[in-house]
Amino acid sequence: MALLLPESGLLFWMLISFGIVVFILAKFGFPIIIKMVESRKTYIDESLLIAKQTYEQMAVVKAQGEAIVDNARKEQVKIMNDAAQMRDQLIKEAKEKAGIEAVKLIEDARKQILSEKDDAIRDIRRQVAELSVDIAEKVLRGQLDKKTEQMAMIDRLLDEINVSKS
Amino acid sequence: MNRLHKILFFVLLSVCVPVVGAYANEPVPNKEEQKEEKQLDVREFILEHVSDSYVWHVTKIGDHEISIPLPVILYSQTTGWHMFSSSVFHESPSYEGFTIAEEGKYKGKIVEKDAAGAEVRPFDISITKNVFALLFSSLLMIVCIMYVARSYKKNPLQSKSGFAGLMEMFIMNINDDVIKPCIGKGYEKYAPYLLTVFFFVFTNNILGLIPFFPGGANVTGNIAITGVLAVITFLIVNISGSKEYWKEIFWPDVPLWLKVPPMLPIIELVGIFTKPFALMIRLFANILAGHSIVLGLTCLVFVTVKLGPAMNTSMTAVSIFFSVFIGFVELLVAYIQAYIFTMLSAVFIGLARVEPHHPHKKEVEK
Repeated sequence: MALLLPESGLLFWMLISFGIVVFILAKFGFPIIIKMVESRKTYIDESLLIAKQTYEQMAVVKAQGEAIVDNARKEQVKIMNDAAQMRDQLIKEAKEKAGIEAVKLIEDARKQILSEKDDAIRDIRRQVAELSVDIAEKVLRGQLDKKTEQMAMIDRLLDEINVSKS
Repeated sequence: MNRLHKILFFVLLSVCVPVVGAYANEPVPNKEEQKEEKQLDVREFILEHVSDSYVWHVTKIGDHEISIPLPVILYSQTTGWHMFSSSVFHESPSYEGFTIAEEGKYKGKIVEKDAAGAEVRPFDISITKNVFALLFSSLLMIVCIMYVARSYKKNPLQSKSGFAGLMEMFIMNINDDVIKPCIGKGYEKYAPYLLTVFFFVFTNNILGLIPFFPGGANVTGNIAITGVLAVITFLIVNISGSKEYWKEIFWPDVPLWLKVPPMLPIIELVGIFTKPFALMIRLFANILAGHSIVLGLTCLVFVTVKLGPAMNTSMTAVSIFFSVFIGFVELLVAYIQAYIFTMLSAVFIGLARVEPHHPHKKEVEK
């Protein structure tokens, strides 16, 4: 069977061409492709791992952020409450102070009014006294125009003094 | 193991299908009994197509043959080197003392007459049809794989689409599912060679299925091609053989009476050679059979012309149906044979690199 006998020419060319093919592909072809595919695989695996870690970190950060926002909100409420309380207190205090001040002012005013009233009464009394002395003087002067009358007066007065002395 | 079953199934299929095809062919010789010359014609026709040739016959338009003449390169013991186009044999049967033998041992080959007048073969490294197809497929392979490799160099981290993606699928499938498990540790050293073998066999198988130029040559169905592949695998297997591998061949762990008259060592030693021999014959026979079946089915159309229009029409329908079917089967076989050649080479390398601690583990797997 001629089919079962290898031809020397074909053997020769097969050795050469297959040798060249193996040399080129085994040196520059397949190792590069396999290396690149495998490096891509590791890159993808690493990326997935990193993504997972990042996702987990994100969740932690998100939780932290939420906690911070929560705290802030609580703080805000607290501060608002404090402020409201303080305001109320301030208003209360101010009201109290104002009340006291007003009472004090009214008191002062009353005192002043009283003292001024006393002064005025005293003034009036003095003027009344002066006026009555003046009138009395005028009356007396009018009555004591005559010497007899003056003497009678003196006598009477002396009597009165004596009576009161005895 | 599941995968091995699948592979076994496909191997059986690829073996059975030629048998089915042969049965389908059987009516032809029966009807042809009265016309013996016709039957001979079919055999000649098939043999001519599956064997090598100095011209590449493309087609025939009317009476005009269209064929591509290929260069003839010869070294004669007496007259030295010769190089000429094979078209010279078109004009005259003899050129510079060389003729193409019509009959005898060197039928279809270029021969010269020696001093005694007997036909002798010069050293013939002509670019024949098979050589041309071989060079073409080698170039195609280099271009394809280097294109993919370059696209990886350019954009290492980008996922590939199109042709590079397709090749990546093939390459990584063979690398991860065949070479890695079959060889085991240290497979990286052998992966480039085995991948080259896979793509070499696969490319040539597929090109062989294309019925027109530059396909259709019976490259992997030629024993010289499969022989070289098998010899290279044989060398790699035995060069990478570990101490344990050689110990298992010459001094296996069996009772003394089995190895003192060296019965088992002889069997093992023969086994070293039968493994690559099986590789060679398996690929050669499968592809040759595939080509023969397709050609035989095509011949059915022309052979039955003499049997009347009714028979011819029905046989043509049968021929086309089976041709299509066999075409699909051959496509499968093209891949499976490349796969099996690679896988068995990898398995043999893996067996040769056996570790001393578990000497029987791999044997069991086999």
